[in-house]
Formats: sequence, C-alpha cells, structure tokens
Amino acid sequence: MSGTFVGMPAFPTAARAALGDTQLRTNLAHATRTIRDKRAAVVAEVEDWEDLRLSGAGVKEAALRDLATHLETLEASLTRAGATVHWARDAEEACRIVADVTRAHGADEVVKVKSMATAEIGLNEALAAEGIAAWETDLAELIVQLGEDLPSHILVPAIHRNRAEIRDIFLRRMAGAGRPAPADLTDEPAVLAGAAREHLREKFLRATVGVSGANFAVAETGTLVVVESEGNGRMCLTLPEVLISVVGIEKVLATWADLDPMLRLLPRSSTGERMNPYTSTWSGVTPGDGPQEVHVVLLDNGRTRALADDVGRQALRCIRCSACLNVCPVYERVGGHAYGSVYPGPIGAILNPLLRGVSDEQTASLPYASSLCGACFEVCPVLIDIPSVLVDQRAAVVDSHRGDRLPKGEALTMRATAWAFSDSRRLAWAERASGLAGRVLTRISRTTLPGGRPAAGRLPGPAAGWTGARDLPAPPEESFRAWWDRTDGGRDGGGA
Amino acid sequence: MRVALQITCVNDAMFPETGKAVVRLLRRLGVDVEFPAAQTCCAQPMVNTGYLDEAVPVVRTFVDAFAGYDAIVTPSGSCAGSARHQHSIVAERSGDPVLAAAVAQTGPRTYELSEFLVDVLGVTDVGAYFPHRVTYHPTCHSLRMIGVGDRPQRLLEQVRGLDLVELPMATECCGFGGTFALKNADTSVAMGADKARHVCDTGAEVLVAGDNSCLMHIGGMLSRQRAGVRVMHLAEILAATEDAA
Repeated sequence: MSGTFVGMPAFPTAARAALGDTQLRTNLAHATRTIRDKRAAVVAEVEDWEDLRLSGAGVKEAALRDLATHLETLEASLTRAGATVHWARDAEEACRIVADVTRAHGADEVVKVKSMATAEIGLNEALAAEGIAAWETDLAELIVQLGEDLPSHILVPAIHRNRAEIRDIFLRRMAGAGRPAPADLTDEPAVLAGAAREHLREKFLRATVGVSGANFAVAETGTLVVVESEGNGRMCLTLPEVLISVVGIEKVLATWADLDPMLRLLPRSSTGERMNPYTSTWSGVTPGDGPQEVHVVLLDNGRTRALADDVGRQALRCIRCSACLNVCPVYERVGGHAYGSVYPGPIGAILNPLLRGVSDEQTASLPYASSLCGACFEVCPVLIDIPSVLVDQRAAVVDSHRGDRLPKGEALTMRATAWAFSDSRRLAWAERASGLAGRVLTRISRTTLPGGRPAAGRLPGPAAGWTGARDLPAPPEESFRAWWDRTDGGRDGGGA
Repeated sequence: MRVALQITCVNDAMFPETGKAVVRLLRRLGVDVEFPAAQTCCAQPMVNTGYLDEAVPVVRTFVDAFAGYDAIVTPSGSCAGSARHQHSIVAERSGDPVLAAAVAQTGPRTYELSEFLVDVLGVTDVGAYFPHRVTYHPTCHSLRMIGVGDRPQRLLEQVRGLDLVELPMATECCGFGGTFALKNADTSVAMGADKARHVCDTGAEVLVAGDNSCLMHIGGMLSRQRAGVRVMHLAEILAATEDAA
C-alpha cells in the first residue's frame, strides 16, 4: 500500500486482488466474526433496543432537518465558551486552517485523537507537506501509520493485520518515529499495547498542539464529545496547550439530552461494549484546566451536497459505529481497501458517492459493491436504510450516463430487456428463442446438474462471469407461459 | 377470492417446473389459481441495477396484468419485495399519479408463497410427502425485505418423511444479488463458496429455498463442485405427494 487511496481501481478489480490475499481473508473472517458476535450479545441485553434505534434516528433527523439553525447556535455557544470557530467548505480549507493554527504556535508536530473527519480530508499528508508531523495515537491508527498502510475499517483501521504482522511493524518502524520497540517484543496483545504506550507517552508529554474530531457536537451548550476506548484521546484532549477539532457539520445535536440515546447506541453497536471506557466532553476553554486555546473547524466537504439528496441524506445520520461493516458479507471477504476510501463497507458505498458525486469510475463502482442482502440495515443503530440508498445511488450512476453518445453494453441490454418485459408477447417470443438455444446448448455441453437436468456448459462473453464458476441450467424447451397456453393450465392433461 | 399467480420472469423462462408445482399445490388446497397472460416481470433487474426509467413500462405491465385480483401469489421473496417496496419508487419516478395509485393496489396484495399459505389460507400442513434429508436457506429478501420469518420452516416441518436439518450461518447472503453476480462475479463466487460449504456440512441431499435465482447461484456452484447436493424450490417440495412419488 502506498499510503494514499488516490488512483485506486474500481471496486471489482480491487476486490479481485483482495480476494486472493489469504492472510487478509483469515484476519477479516476472524475479526468481523468476533465483533459481530460481541455486538449481537450486548444488543440482545437491551429490551427496548428497537425504541432506542428509533429515538437515535429521530434525534439525528431532527438535527439535520434544521441544520443551519443548530450550526449557528453551536457557533454562538462555542464562541461564548472561549473557542474560535472556523468554517471549512472543503478538505483544502480545513487542512489550511489546521496548518495555520499549528504554525502560529511555532509547532512542528501535533498529536492526534482518532478521527474520521481528519482522515477524510487527508490532514496528515497536508500537514506533512508543511513540515508538520501528525502523530496518530490510537493503537490501530498507529499501526497503520507506522506501516505506511491505509485504514481498512472505520473503528478498527488495522483490522486487516494480525498480531504477528503488528509485532513486525513495531520492530521495524517504531525507531524511525520515536522511541523504538523493545528488542524482545512478543506478539502478545498486552506486550504490543505496552510498547505502543511507551512509544506514545513521550509524544503526549511533548506536544503543544492536539488535533481531534468529535463524535457529537451539542449546539445548546457548545460541547464537543469524543467517545473512545484507549485513553489516548483523553491525553490529546487535555495535555496540549492548543486543541484543534475538525468536526463534520452533521455531528451537531440540538440539546445535551439528545446525547442520551446516542451514547447508549454507539458503544454497543461499535465495539460491542455496554459502555466505552472514556467519554470526554469539553465546552470551549476552562481557565487553568486543559487546552487554553481551542479551535473548532466545522467541515462541509460534500455534506451539504448529501443533505440535498432526498433519499441519501439519511446517510448523514451515521455515527461511524461500523456495525454495517462487521455484518457485511462483501466487506468480510474483500476488506476495506477495495472501497478506495477511509469510509469502506456498506456505509462507505453510499457515503462516498453522496459526498463526492459519481462522476469518477471508482466512486461510481461503489453503489454496486453490495448484494443488497440488507444485513447492514438490520444492525444500523440510526436506521439508515442502506440498501434503498444503494439502489438510489445506482440510479444516480445510470442517470449520469444517460447523455452519453455511446451507451454502455449494459445500458443497451437493459433497454432491450425492458422492451421485451413491456409486452408479454415479446417475452413469449424471447422465451421461444431461449428454448431453442437451450436445445442447442444441451447438445453441445452434454452435462447435467444434480437431479438430471441438462446444463448449458461454459458460455462466452458476459455470461462467462456466471459460468466461470457456476453451472447454469440449460433453458427449458417450453416456458411456463407456453405450457399454460398449451395445456390450459394443466387441465388438458399437461401434468400440473 | 380471485388469486393470480405471478410466475416471475426467472421461473417462467428457466424454472417452469416450479410454476407447475405452485399450481398443483394451490389446486390441491382448493384455490383456483389464474395465470394472467399479460404478465412479464416485476422490474427488479432494472431497479436494482439503477435503470429506473427502463423499469417504468415494466411496472406498468405488472399493474395492468394483476389489476382486480384479491391476491397475487409469487414463488419468490425477492419479487414480492420488489412489488411491495420498490414499485412505489418507480411510480414516483414516472411522475404518473395513475401508476402510483395502481401500485398502491397491487403492492399490498402481493404475497410470497409461504406467506400466502400460512397467512391467507391458514395452513402449515399441505399434505406433502418428501422422504429426504433437506436443509433450508432463507433468502435475504424473503428474510429481511418482506420478513417471512419461520413460515417456510413451519411448512417444511409438516412434510411427511422430510428430515429438516439446520444450515450453519443460514442467514448470511449466498452472494447472488441479481446483477451483482455478474458485475462483481469474484466476490459473488467467494460468498457462494462459503454458502456451498455450509450446505455440504449439513449432509443434506437437497437444499431448499423460496427463490430460484439464489438457488441457481448456489446450485450452480454445488453442481460445478460435483458436491452431490441438488437444489429445489420450496413449492416443488410442498407439491410432492405420496401418490406422485
């Protein structure tokens, strides 16, 4: 991996490569199964889980419905509490703000809380270009950063790595980034975590600027909330003099009370815990306690684009729990890198096109990276109907090509199929043709399916995608429709 | 009660025996099922690939063919889901209020076969006989889109001679997914390989499901592997009797 998603191939190509990575398949199958089972167990404990999902969805939906008002309230509350609020239209603006604030303090490094918003805008790379080192302090993010790798999961970005690989990365790479790993490092999880702790501690104590995202931003109180498990976030949020938080505008909640369902839904859905170990909340600056200069960068970067989409806007409810990734049979087999984004899995398959549009081939391939099995919708804590949004985004992809001078083969096939399906006489004719083809194919292939039905053998062209790995029954000589016609629905001794 | 069979395009063109089995089964249960000849397809292949404009005339054909029936029975959870949950999207796209009104009539009247048997006819013992070891795969759309629950198992449990064994990881998708099976063939096959392995682990002789499209995929893999397991639609097992055996 090169450390950038830019230039990744479309999903089917990337997936094909990933499917052949046996280590990846083993790591993912084990990890997703473990988190999935943990989640299922703790969700089953909650009697009113379905009501909780409804209220979680309701809280987010209410905030989104009146987003502009809540954002202005948030800005006013934050400013009153001593924070400086910045507005960033896109990734470039947001990165510029963070770099300028860091520079203004003469710092050449920042410590980071795990944050999807900063990963989305490519902040680390932008800061590096300015000569500022951004140190990831979440264990999994550290593994990814040290390995010059890419994240493959929202919650567990190094889910594609097993502990032997992590030990190897620590041994080879920690020395280049600060305190080296002990030479006798084993692959025991506690030993690996201990090495990371030692490595990170000197960074926590040295850094003057901290960078975070936020899980939630409460408008009425001007409070940002970070939910985490390792305590590294608490270090970054309290030790440095200056704190810069990059917050997507969809993170806003109207009231403090709105946190109630969210903080109950999130840990159970994400890590499969009843409660997460660390929940940090801060409202601007508290004199003599914690960072004395607090900046909040409110980030759009495509969110207003998504908000304008009647069907897709529900994706902005997402609280980045990753439950949809962990249950997705496609994600489990291909992993996160194949999606070419920091947002992989089912949510990534809708969020990326909604934020960016579908004009590039890679993004346009994402809505099709699903069998529409619906497992994601079933576990989503804020009831995002991902399958419906996937279908709607597929329509957006198709619509974006309607003006093409040279239509794709698929478009022509669909038009022809729709033409045949618009009149039963045309369909009957097509079925007679397929019956004839079936006779020919049967004669050529001379193979049968279990139970004795003739098979079509290996077919050329697009059909090879099917018959490369799957036998196909030969079309029957007589369609159901023709049988019904001939026998009056079996009453003429047709043997219904 | 006027009952129409929506055969589905896949069954019509590829699996007519399933349609014949539905007819045989429903007649045995006293239902004089009709086959409206004007029917074609539920339009799901277009909708789920993103071709909404192309789906409009197909949905129009559907509602015209099935207008006036009290119940539309289909041996497919997926096609029932399409009629119940997706036709309104297509109607909205068309901007035609007449079509919107029509799909509001046909959608709620569309039943997947096991729903029709259990909920409308109120039977779980359909008098079937099938002396084989069978495992059941709940297809995603029947399970999650329309929620058939355990109706198919309740029907299978009443079949005389049938030994129903549980399928491991039963609720996981088989990887068919309509055009997904072609557009992302590699991923589809990787999912299908795991499903086929779970099927083989049961030691069942027959894999049964309520959707022939999923069975065509899993069965195609089992056949290629010469696994010695055949696939059958639920209707064909429920239609089987001692006389016919």
